[in-house]
Amino acid sequence: MTRKQRRMTIIGGSLAVLALAAALVLNALRDSIVFFSTPTMVAEKHVEPGKRFRLGGLVQPGSLHRGDNLAVTFEVADGGAKLPVAYKGILPDLFREGQGVVAEGALDANGVFKADTVLAKHDETYMPKDVADALKKQGHWKDDYDGKASDARASGASKPAATTAQGNPQGAVR
Amino acid sequence: MIAESGHYALVLALGLALIQSVIPLIGARLRDVALMNVARSAALAQLLFVGASFVALVMLHVNSDFSVANVYENSHSMKPLLYKITGVWGNHEGSMLLWVSILALFGGLVAAFGNNLPLSLRAHVLAVQAWVASAFYLFILVTSNPFLRIANPPIEGRDLNPVLQDIGLAVHPPMLYLGYVGFSISFSFAIAALMEGRIDAAWARWVRPWTLVAWIFLTLGIAMGSYWAYYELGWGGWWFWDPVENASLMPWLSGTALLHSAVVMEKRNALKVWTILLSILTFSLSLLGTFLVRSGVITSVHAFATDPTRGVFILLILCLFIGGSLALFAGRATSLKQGGLFAPISREGALVLNNLLLTVGCAVVLFGTLYPLAMEMLADFKMSVGAPFYNLTFAPLFTLLLLAVPFGPMLAWKRGDLLGVTQRLLAAGVAGLVAVAIAWGWARGGSALAPLAIGLGIFVIAGAVTDIVERTGLVRLPFATALHRARGLPRSAWGSAFAHAGLGIALIGIVCETTWNSEHIATMKQSDVVHIAGFDVKLDGLFQRQGPNFREMIAEFNVSHDGETLSVMTPSKRSFTTRGSSTTEAALLTSGASQLYISLGDATAEGAIAVRIYHKPLVLLIWWGPVLMALGGVLSLSDRRLRVGAPKPARAKQRLQPAE
Repeated sequence: MTRKQRRMTIIGGSLAVLALAAALVLNALRDSIVFFSTPTMVAEKHVEPGKRFRLGGLVQPGSLHRGDNLAVTFEVADGGAKLPVAYKGILPDLFREGQGVVAEGALDANGVFKADTVLAKHDETYMPKDVADALKKQGHWKDDYDGKASDARASGASKPAATTAQGNPQGAVR
Repeated sequence: MIAESGHYALVLALGLALIQSVIPLIGARLRDVALMNVARSAALAQLLFVGASFVALVMLHVNSDFSVANVYENSHSMKPLLYKITGVWGNHEGSMLLWVSILALFGGLVAAFGNNLPLSLRAHVLAVQAWVASAFYLFILVTSNPFLRIANPPIEGRDLNPVLQDIGLAVHPPMLYLGYVGFSISFSFAIAALMEGRIDAAWARWVRPWTLVAWIFLTLGIAMGSYWAYYELGWGGWWFWDPVENASLMPWLSGTALLHSAVVMEKRNALKVWTILLSILTFSLSLLGTFLVRSGVITSVHAFATDPTRGVFILLILCLFIGGSLALFAGRATSLKQGGLFAPISREGALVLNNLLLTVGCAVVLFGTLYPLAMEMLADFKMSVGAPFYNLTFAPLFTLLLLAVPFGPMLAWKRGDLLGVTQRLLAAGVAGLVAVAIAWGWARGGSALAPLAIGLGIFVIAGAVTDIVERTGLVRLPFATALHRARGLPRSAWGSAFAHAGLGIALIGIVCETTWNSEHIATMKQSDVVHIAGFDVKLDGLFQRQGPNFREMIAEFNVSHDGETLSVMTPSKRSFTTRGSSTTEAALLTSGASQLYISLGDATAEGAIAVRIYHKPLVLLIWWGPVLMALGGVLSLSDRRLRVGAPKPARAKQRLQPAE
């Protein structure tokens, strides 16, 4: 083999691996990506049953019902619309009514969101970013979260509750 | 006083770093030995001052000095001493201080033990180190000063995030940073080589041990973090493909590639330009990881900072260093001479394939991590890229890599004999196929791919064993001779065999855990019994207990197997009053490599409690694998060839002409 042929073999091999990777990525992008929606977006877009997505919003106060054998139902609201959610399992440590939540699952035929994963915010100052952004966009967010954070930092200890959002794990449940 | 001294020491460290960034380079230009030697003393002094600064912050935390904002926000006087110390880096400011301390430590090590380096190379390397250090000192002093005082000191602190109050915090971040930041050394060597326009096999011999040290720590750090998440988060997950985890996986992948390409460069003087590029990319990915974690750009399991000014600052550092180094690379790379011819089927060829698959795998992870961010910024819609994406993309690439792993070390340099190697690997292949058959017969349910993956794991392990057997001649030669040869075998050969076997072991653990774990979720009352994977788990009762800074509810479970009591398991739920939050402390029962895992949910009004019980077969293999890999790294590091001070004929000649 000449030097040129050797080089071509290596370049050809590299291109083959790259092409393989690109094909794998494109294939995966088609059906393994999960999109994020709020109840309002679900109502507007008529998401078909069985399509997986992430639902974010606030847990509607008074909507949480615990059934037998760890079955729970609650409603997720974003100020514009509400969506009933059914889940079976243990809710994260910091799941509370009136607080932010992100659930992953799909709608069933009756329009109930069947969640298989529920993530909750971690402490008082922390809200899942997806939820905060969605609420901000709709004007249901009272003050700019980031602005508040840096204000609090600048003024030392006056408003420590909002200094750093040290929401570590979002208490994922499966 | 302590806070002010710490602050002052940090400012002095910045000053020293600035001197170290400039003077040695001028010295190298003027060929002035004294000026070049400034790098050495400046690096050591810098280590001293940043170390003093770090010790000051530790003392503030230990003394619970709540007049310092950082202590107030992350500590509590009732917190156990261990968590007072680990709490130093359990927050943004302190963790950045740890980052620069470790950077200074590596710089100091090069300064202290780099006596046999060509003088101008050492000056360049330390200057580049100082550039990185200066940028991060500035970042800390401008945006994240840990020594900020509060005007009216509160009496009590806000306590550390309860999830972080665990021994894992004492080990995971320092390990991970030793890995991340350790790659700065190979980066500095690469930049120095580009600036000097000269690179040889001695360069690779110097870079390889440093890369190996960083790689060992990163491997252990990632494994430790994964185990920590497994037992602390309470639902038995050990890898989430979370952006922050990806941020540590990416430097690991490219660092592994670098480790292998440096071998080619050292032994065969080939792949020089590529090795330089990999050094730059690996540290760039470490910087990217720091950016992703520290800027709060991605809200994820580890997001503990959300402050845009910091994000922008780190982004600037990132662009400056990645852009600058790649531009330098583009400009100077062609001046480096290529050498070392080899056929595609050869040890070099196999290492090229290894590099190709690792870097492409790394690129896939990078894509999966950044794509959602880019789409959110550009197209304004949100999505999440999770495990399904990586299963479809990263897993096939890694499968190819694992298939090739046993072949690599058995191929000869320059020109290999693929057919011969295949014949010698026949036994390993048969072992893999037998494993597939056994797993197939044994398995009840689960993916059809699982037995194949187990077979692949066994093939990789058997391949590593075959390599050692072949080299020592264990089967062909009398035992005593084989033993003698085993002792004479280079430690690096043992190292790579261990590391490769660790890969196979981890794969088997991953496959067994994900395919055959059993899970039982139920509401249990006293004396309720749950049957899971042959175990009987009985709830004996619930108790309350007061801890130092929390209250906990403990559930006592009696675990028996075939009527024989094995153990009592006591998972608990802790509520921390200061932060008003709670954590789940899972209980683990280990038998062999398998674990029984119990974590608690909420208690109901009738005195019953929600309980999650998992049986995870062979789950511990997931972490034993990386530990074995790190052990392989340590063995390889102890190889005579790499030990500092070992005679290196090429060096003596260079020392006579320090600056050409």
